[in-house]
Amino acid sequence: MPQLGETVTEGTISQWLKRAGDAIEKYEPFVEIATDKVSAEIPAPVSGRIRELLVKEGETVPTGAPIAIIDAADAVEAVEQAEPSPPPGEASGEHGGERRVSPAVRRLAREHGIDLATLRGSGTGGRITAKDVLAAARPAAAHPAPVAGETIPLSRARRIIAERMVEAKRTIPHAWTMVEVDVTNLVRRRAAMREAFERDHGIRLTLLPFFIYAVVEALREYPLVNARYTDEGIYVHKEVNVGIAVALQDNLLVPVLRHAERRSFVDLAIAADRLIERARTSRLTADELAGGTITVNNTGAIGSFASAPIVHGGQAAIITMEAVVKRPVVLGEDDAIAVRSMMNVCTSFDHRVLDGATICSFINEVKRRLEAIGPTGAL
Amino acid sequence: MVVSAPSSVVNNVEAVRLTLYEALKSDPNVVLLGEDIGARGNVFLITKGFLEEFGPQRIIDTPLAEAAIVGVAVGMAMEGLRPIAEIQFADFIYPAFNQIVGEAAKTRYRSNGDYTCPLVIRTPYGGGIRGALSHSVSVEALFYHVPGLKIVAPSTPADIKGLLTTAIEDPDPVLFLEHKKTYRLIKGELPAGRYTIPLGKADVKKQGDDLSVISYGFYVHQALDAARELEREGISVEVIDLRSIRPMDKTTILESVKKTRKVLILHEDNKFGGIGAEISAMLVEEAFFELDAPIRRLCGPDVPPMGYARTLENEYMISTERMAQAMRELARF
Repeated sequence: MPQLGETVTEGTISQWLKRAGDAIEKYEPFVEIATDKVSAEIPAPVSGRIRELLVKEGETVPTGAPIAIIDAADAVEAVEQAEPSPPPGEASGEHGGERRVSPAVRRLAREHGIDLATLRGSGTGGRITAKDVLAAARPAAAHPAPVAGETIPLSRARRIIAERMVEAKRTIPHAWTMVEVDVTNLVRRRAAMREAFERDHGIRLTLLPFFIYAVVEALREYPLVNARYTDEGIYVHKEVNVGIAVALQDNLLVPVLRHAERRSFVDLAIAADRLIERARTSRLTADELAGGTITVNNTGAIGSFASAPIVHGGQAAIITMEAVVKRPVVLGEDDAIAVRSMMNVCTSFDHRVLDGATICSFINEVKRRLEAIGPTGAL
Repeated sequence: MVVSAPSSVVNNVEAVRLTLYEALKSDPNVVLLGEDIGARGNVFLITKGFLEEFGPQRIIDTPLAEAAIVGVAVGMAMEGLRPIAEIQFADFIYPAFNQIVGEAAKTRYRSNGDYTCPLVIRTPYGGGIRGALSHSVSVEALFYHVPGLKIVAPSTPADIKGLLTTAIEDPDPVLFLEHKKTYRLIKGELPAGRYTIPLGKADVKKQGDDLSVISYGFYVHQALDAARELEREGISVEVIDLRSIRPMDKTTILESVKKTRKVLILHEDNKFGGIGAEISAMLVEEAFFELDAPIRRLCGPDVPPMGYARTLENEYMISTERMAQAMRELARF
């Protein structure tokens, strides 16, 4: 209820000129109010839609009492009505947002070569202050006296690893999961095959080819794991090129076993062995390091029980086989306890491409295949 | 009459008294003139006993005629005496304006140096003591504009003694402003013996890094109180006591602003055309690229000072809390 005179304390709704639900324009007359001094047509304070009329025609209410609710068309406009005018600009209030920069800030930024766009302001209203610029210009100096030690210069390899790892972690949202695999039978099978394999093919048989084979087979059922994220869409590779992580003295190489989807178990074993050998003797070519679509890592060989690897840039998943450990486990419907060889299989994955459901199904398929390897029979 | 004392703690009014006494004793050319300074011993008892000790030729009671007080003093000064003229309250100085601005300030210039005017005009100024319209005014802005005049406004006993001594010995006219609220309120160590503080030299009363507060007179003390409060909040405030309004210590001000980059000017006098305006203009001219915030002036409102009603006086005078809040906002800007 507006105050229609200095000493007026109440008013009566003579007539509503609009109804609830009507649209209304700012300044459009919307109600007639009568007081004992004057009768007046009141214009609407905002444009919008009348939500509700709170007072009936003929009813008298005190000045200041709400008489109607209007949903303002422009919320910002309504807010502007309600807020008091800003305080006179004595040093803070109206001096703009972060875009405006004081003479001192401009000068200091130029002197120290700081790009103001990279700074977050700590001043009123997000203003970049001179102190912000000086703090940015003073990086390591802020640290206390360094602890005694020496600096090992970065080798080219280390620098590249550093860049690649940072890039991967920066662009790929990592998630992780793990399954345990009962590899008792697998271990026995390998032991049984070893001698003949070495005689026939000239290489030592490890668990790695079994693992790669299980992964490649599982990928036939879950091709999305063999993909990569692009802004245009998820690119699903048609080839399965398995990167095999090889840890060296001061380097990490990931030679790529191409077209794993076409190869037999024996073929995989020989190719993997050859790549690893060439990696260790620094004879890999650039081609052998490119084109990977998924990476496996035998972290178990260095004694790891579980690991959270970093997804290779351009891929969607990396899978590790961890150390084989004999453990008592519960088996069968009778809950018998037996000592079994257990091996964890971990995977870090790009959560833009894969969700928990897919990756867990995939990794469980890997598990199923590994556990299905019996003492004899096809692999 | 006990007047002298070794280094001791005195208040501002005692500092004036002691300094005048020393000057009268040491230089027979020093002469005091003003209303009620003889028989009455000054309305603040500054000259009590002086008439008895130094005689009516040197301690002169004048009629209620400010133009005459200053005019006669100008003549005395030009003829080799060292008169210290008192205007009983700065509010009464207006009749003497022509003598001060038109005569005293121009003596050296118009005589091409043949005559100088070694005159000191002392006057209590400022409010906060329920003085109302005729006993609260600040007059520095009326006079600091005038070339040939020097103006000082010390606010501690030590500063008063050093600056008054210098003013008395200065060959040119000096307007010596004493904030009456500080007379008994402000106490401090008064070094013994004769010493001078050069005119045109400000004093950093408190060092700080986050902002510079420039002030003079009574507000220096409130600013220091506010600064101490802010210290506890982690804000480091530098407080500069100008002491000398003309000449003004540009060097100290610029050094401080280069360090803190933010300035708050505090004065009791009306804001428009007050001392803060000159400082602001100077800073923008000479320290534009040092400033990290607009120069802030917290000053008396642009109305005549000040109501007798306590509420109106409190509204006019800036509280320590208001000063602290202004400092806080500036520090955070």
